[in-house]
Amino acid sequence: MAKEKAVIRTDMSRFRWTLLEMKKNKVAYLMIAPFFILFTLFTIVPVVLSFLLSFTNFNLLEWPDFVLLDNYIRLFLDDDVFITAIKNTLMFATVTGPGSYLLSMLLAWFINELRPRIRSIVTLLFYAPSISGNVYLIWTIFFSGDEYGLVNAWGMKLGLLSEPVLWFQDEKYIFVLCCCVALWTSLGTSFLTFIAGFQTVDTSLYEAGAVDGVKNRWQELYYITLPTMRPQMMLGAILAITGAFGFGGVITALVGFPSPNYVAHTIMHHLDDFGGMRFEMGYASAIATLLFLMMIGCNMLVTKILRKIGT
Amino acid sequence: MNKILEKIKVAYRRYDTNRVHFKRSVNRSAGGDVGIYIMLALVATVMVLPMIYAICQSLKPLDEIFVFPPKFFVINPSFENFRELFRTMSESWVPFSRYVFNTILISVVGTMGNVLLSSYAAYAIAKIKFPGRETLFGIVRMSLMFNATVTGISNFLIMSALGWVDTYMAVIVPAFCTSFGLYLMKQFMETSVNDSVLESARLEGASENKIFWKIAMPMVKPAWATLILFAFKDLWNSGANLYIYSEQLKTLNYAISQLVTAGIERSGVSAASTVIMMIVPILVFIVSQNNVIQTMSSAGMKD
Repeated sequence: MAKEKAVIRTDMSRFRWTLLEMKKNKVAYLMIAPFFILFTLFTIVPVVLSFLLSFTNFNLLEWPDFVLLDNYIRLFLDDDVFITAIKNTLMFATVTGPGSYLLSMLLAWFINELRPRIRSIVTLLFYAPSISGNVYLIWTIFFSGDEYGLVNAWGMKLGLLSEPVLWFQDEKYIFVLCCCVALWTSLGTSFLTFIAGFQTVDTSLYEAGAVDGVKNRWQELYYITLPTMRPQMMLGAILAITGAFGFGGVITALVGFPSPNYVAHTIMHHLDDFGGMRFEMGYASAIATLLFLMMIGCNMLVTKILRKIGT
Repeated sequence: MNKILEKIKVAYRRYDTNRVHFKRSVNRSAGGDVGIYIMLALVATVMVLPMIYAICQSLKPLDEIFVFPPKFFVINPSFENFRELFRTMSESWVPFSRYVFNTILISVVGTMGNVLLSSYAAYAIAKIKFPGRETLFGIVRMSLMFNATVTGISNFLIMSALGWVDTYMAVIVPAFCTSFGLYLMKQFMETSVNDSVLESARLEGASENKIFWKIAMPMVKPAWATLILFAFKDLWNSGANLYIYSEQLKTLNYAISQLVTAGIERSGVSAASTVIMMIVPILVFIVSQNNVIQTMSSAGMKD
């Protein structure tokens, strides 16, 4: 490789130069091939496929026929449950997305004040709920509908409740409880990212800041820490948003499917309903495409705003 | 008495010097410190109580579960629920060991494939200047913005076209190519693998594959540890799968979730199963924690 003649890019057309570079780096393409072949197959093709299928009527048995925008028209004009699902998804996302983001950030900042040994123990305590599988099901025992549930028993003993409440079946409480459980399990990867981010800030900046008149920890956070960890904040935001929109499995496990009067029916549930149970693949693909656009759009918007704030 | 006082004084002095040594910033008021500790203690209590409750519930013998009013803590801990769990599981139609085998197979093979494929691709993207690498990485970064919910339905069609429905392949192979794995590995390679070392190895005629194994991979150990944690916890916790019908191919998490019924009389057994399932990922995290934090510090998204 070292003996190869040096080539200057301006000597040739851009196309030829690219071709030459590609030839020279053949091995790189071999190295990325396994990953990207699978990635194309299981991530890119499905997105494109569901986009295409969303314009068809497909039931897995017959060849799909094009119906143009019928699926979308049906979704918005003829499917009240879908409108409920959009509303619920947006509500869950607006509570759990920013909620988990701010909670992760604030706790990571607090934890950063602790000494390393204690810090790693507290990190473990906060992170554990998000990696412990379906440990969140313990909430259903905690809020159990009969008088053996702790909340009901104590509430009745203290005179707050006159009879046991079916917490996870009562429309009044489902939303709040699901948000609580979601926030409880939400100190995940973005939380770790923030902890790491706080540790990467150069400590000499703090001393310099103190000299320059930074008076307290809030000013320090605002003027020094946050601007330096903007990359971590961006990644954290993306993870939080994607998590907030994709949050449906927890609801199914806690409340069951379908939820009473569709109060906790999210787009994900609607998708499962039509794709996994009724096999209306065209219709389900339209739902998936809309969910995809919502996730991407929201992420783009938020990262754009974050980028502005830093500068 | 004096001796004890003396000991306390020494211990306090040691604590105090350590504290001053640790204190890294000037802008700290004592009141703020106390406020933060109280906040942390409160939040930590809320976070930990359900976990402790799960553990207590799993150790409660049947008569304590039926005590009224219910108690939070366990009085006479026993392993009755765990024994009961193993008894029920061994009586199930598919042997318990099969579920354990499935989960371990899926978790281990999936995680290994994920680390290997992501590292290869990340090395090439981070360290070899080939045309198209920016575009490819851009696509991967973009795909962090949506999740598998969106692709589930069409993936079913792809799985059936490949003939993988109801095989291990349908679960294991998609786990090989997580975009977050590639993203983390590439970011870490970029910051912690030194270009000049690679350059001199290239000049000496080492093949890229050899450089990857001998130089790059040993340098990114923290990133492997992190990828192992993330891939493992997802696979270990994977439950019901859209593409798997056969009972013999289902995972431990799925089998256990079948036990979890709403009834209070089963809550001890279901808590026991939860405790067993959560121990493994938590142990993996304890072992890898320092590496994970190190990796995540390079994981930020630059524009």
